[in-house]
Amino acid sequence: MAIIETVGIAKRYPMGKRKFTALRDIDLKIEKGEFTGIVGPSGSGKTTLLNIIGALDHPSEGSATVLGKKVESLSHKDAARLRNQRLGFIFQTYNLLPVYTVYENVELPLLLLKMNKEKRRELVETALKRVGILDKIDSKPAQLSGGERQRVSVARAMVKEPDLVLADEPTANLDVANSHNILNMMLELNRELETTFLFATHDEKVMRYLRRQITLTDGRITEDIEKEPEPVSPEEV
Amino acid sequence: MIKFLLKGLVRDRHRSLFPILIIAGGVGLSVLLYCYIQGFGSDLIRTNAIYDTGHVKIMTQAYKKIADQLPNDLALANSDQLVQELQNKYPEMEWSQRIKLGGLLDIPDEKGETKEQGPVQGIGMDLLNSNKNINRFNLHKALVEGNLPDKQGEILITKEFANNLNVKPGHTATLISNAADGSMAIYNFEISGIIQFGVSFLDKNTILVDIQDLRSALNMYNSAGEILGYFPGNFNAEKANRITADFNQEYSEEGDEFSPVMVTLRDQNGLDQMLSMINAESFIIIGIFIFVMSLVLWNTGLMSGIRRYGEIGVRLAIGESKTDVYVSLLWEGLLIGVAGTIVGNILGLAFSYYLQEVGIDVSGMMQDSSALMSTVLRARITTPAYFIGFIPGLLATFLGNAISGIGIVNRETAQLFKELER
Repeated sequence: MAIIETVGIAKRYPMGKRKFTALRDIDLKIEKGEFTGIVGPSGSGKTTLLNIIGALDHPSEGSATVLGKKVESLSHKDAARLRNQRLGFIFQTYNLLPVYTVYENVELPLLLLKMNKEKRRELVETALKRVGILDKIDSKPAQLSGGERQRVSVARAMVKEPDLVLADEPTANLDVANSHNILNMMLELNRELETTFLFATHDEKVMRYLRRQITLTDGRITEDIEKEPEPVSPEEV
Repeated sequence: MIKFLLKGLVRDRHRSLFPILIIAGGVGLSVLLYCYIQGFGSDLIRTNAIYDTGHVKIMTQAYKKIADQLPNDLALANSDQLVQELQNKYPEMEWSQRIKLGGLLDIPDEKGETKEQGPVQGIGMDLLNSNKNINRFNLHKALVEGNLPDKQGEILITKEFANNLNVKPGHTATLISNAADGSMAIYNFEISGIIQFGVSFLDKNTILVDIQDLRSALNMYNSAGEILGYFPGNFNAEKANRITADFNQEYSEEGDEFSPVMVTLRDQNGLDQMLSMINAESFIIIGIFIFVMSLVLWNTGLMSGIRRYGEIGVRLAIGESKTDVYVSLLWEGLLIGVAGTIVGNILGLAFSYYLQEVGIDVSGMMQDSSALMSTVLRARITTPAYFIGFIPGLLATFLGNAISGIGIVNRETAQLFKELER
């Protein structure tokens, strides 16, 4: 069953008196459990497409259905509810809240879901254990390395066990070793929890792990291939 | 969630401590300024009332016209009887007869020849029969050397004047002035003590004399230049106006320039104009201050909001609704505003209390001043002082957060999301 379906999506931005077309004619179907990447050079429209799928933006034309909801007709409140309950986000720059501890950063999505304290603690500890950073539970982001911060960011996206995780250039700020560690961990979470991962990236390292690679060029899908992932083991790293 | 946000607020000094300090500083200054202006006005009233105008003053109509010239030949006759009537008619007030004079004070040597001499302004009032004027002038505190007069023929002299004339308690001083009948008055006194008022104009060359001595010296038996009336507490304009209207209707006769006329404190020395000006100025100054503080605090709110694009972007991406984010920003503004205002109010009121009770001596800067003003800067804490700080403190931070919040929340979510990556 497709959890993401886009039909004829276009996105235009005003640019002076003219309009800049960031996306055009995007027809796409993504099934549950996929580990898919939207790849392409900078300015090809990857992030714009990810924003529309993440209900952070509306398409100018066409329709995007995400987890059964039509993004273009969602109100701000409904879009927030969809993101809160069923989507997880991983950012290039981690975007952890610096004044909060690791525990509190990961706890934030659960607070919005109004879960009780015991349940929150259980889920946060499980998520941190999965990403291998439980020992840093009381640390502040400033006390962590880049790789550790991205692990916390992954834990925050995964803690509520969402149906879909959207990751925008998740390894762009990481060194090679940390990049492979994070990607291996995501792949494992994908297998274990059947969470669908959708990346926007132009990083070759990420591409090695993808099972499906959709190439965007100048806002159009120019290639959509399925392939075997080629993860790099920790020993190789 | 509220606990979570509070935790962030407390830990992030840029969002809590610094805005609170800025607000506290602004509010503290607003409160202090307000109390100082109130204190200045109230001090002006108090000083003038004690030394010159009373809360109400009775003179003859003719005396009133040229009161600046101290025309004792136009003084109130039978003033003792008039005071008796006033005490019966207006028992809530205290009445004090005064004679003011100008002249020369001559200090003789052992042979009786002039050793030192200088122009003098004299105030004659009851110093021997009751303590009321002594307390009103705070003479026990003002006495710096010698004693207060305890018998006829003794006077008090101000410290600066005594230094200029090189006299000490026990020395003789000869008053040379005009008597009420136009003749020359020469009268010997003994200096009993040296005083300092803390009012520059009076401290220059003043002597205080018991009114009976001045009556003898100036041939003013049973008369007084002025009768001053005092309310037990502060000046009450409404009551003063009522009493004045009542008295003038009964005693003042048109065409009889020797009939008495009563005026209120505000009708004298241009005080009405001055107090109105102080009121207007205080509103303008405080208004400008509040406006400037509001801009500063608003800017603080904006800066704080802009700093938090990242945090707000994450919260929106994670699924918090724009409304909830906006409401939380308003609550934060309110909490910071309340905390800063309370701290600022405490600071402002504490400084104001110090100024009210102790004051700051600026006599060094007022040596040449002829204004009847205290040389101690004072503040006065009035009821509005407890609330006035809330205007810049709360309104400005709340508005600052509200407006900056609209800017953030109305931003396209995707745009905010994009800014996270910067």
